[in-house]
Amino acid sequence: MNITINGNVLTIKSNKLISCLQNFGATPPYAVAINGEFIPQSQHSNYVLNEGDNIELLSPIQGG
Amino acid sequence: MQTKDCLTIYGEQIKSRLLIGSALYPSPDIMTQSIVASGAEIVTVSLRRQQSAAAGDDFWQLIKNTGLKILPNTAGCHSVKEAITLAKMCREVFATDWIKLELIGDDYNLQPDPFALLEATKILIDDGFKVLPYCTDDLVLCQRLNELGCEVLMPWGAPIGTGKGLLNSYNLKTIRERLPDTTLIVDAGLGLPSHACQALEMGYDAVLLNSAIAGAGCPITMSRAFKAAVEAGRFAYKAKAMPEKDVAAPSTPTMGMPFWHQEK
Repeated sequence: MNITINGNVLTIKSNKLISCLQNFGATPPYAVAINGEFIPQSQHSNYVLNEGDNIELLSPIQGG
Repeated sequence: MQTKDCLTIYGEQIKSRLLIGSALYPSPDIMTQSIVASGAEIVTVSLRRQQSAAAGDDFWQLIKNTGLKILPNTAGCHSVKEAITLAKMCREVFATDWIKLELIGDDYNLQPDPFALLEATKILIDDGFKVLPYCTDDLVLCQRLNELGCEVLMPWGAPIGTGKGLLNSYNLKTIRERLPDTTLIVDAGLGLPSHACQALEMGYDAVLLNSAIAGAGCPITMSRAFKAAVEAGRFAYKAKAMPEKDVAAPSTPTMGMPFWHQEK
């Protein structure tokens, strides 16, 4: 199954979000949105991805 | 607890009237020293795609080590949906319901979109956020934001990063006059400490700036200058300035004037 994470197309075997994040090397702290919708951390463990999902994995950065 | 002459942000009492950004500094060390030198108690941050986990974590650790309150922003958002999603992500990562709501309407001057701003503000307030909207210096927009429940408004002094100062002091003064009980913070466009001082002199409660310090030749020294300017401006406002006059009035007593004045 192909998904996009932070603009990179990835082929993944598991459709679990949590597995995808681990494979990508996601490092806390971060927050996740899928197809433009915020996915709370409490839902990450059970969230099932679909073909073509677009994941945004965001972390703290400088801001004005 | 109510503290004497504090800035109030959604019920929280803040001693410093300078809010500082964390971007654009020449180095992480200068960023940290500048933030400390400013005396600010609130620092702005943002969220972006996780690229290098180590670099992002280093930054976040430095900010956490300052012990300051975090004000996340939605910088770069152009739509209500983007801003709402980013605000929710900020709330989870930074564990705060404060959000500096930025919604850009035009890329040339990074002017906030007033219509989208109102729409997003309503949604976020209904969702429990404490919204600090970055807005233009339009009185009616500020009134509408206030009516939606914004206890803090942040009209621009000038477009972000221009350093032009308070381009329309009449508008800013009018907002102050018409919304006397709302916390008003001039956000963006300041370049000099005198700009910050001017904002405080006219009764603004605080200023939020980043580029003016980070882009200075010596950010740490400029940070101290802004701290002093904000304090001076607040003192001046509290002291109530003398009325401006069109006709000169001598300050030295004229009674007992020697020489020709008494010979007439």
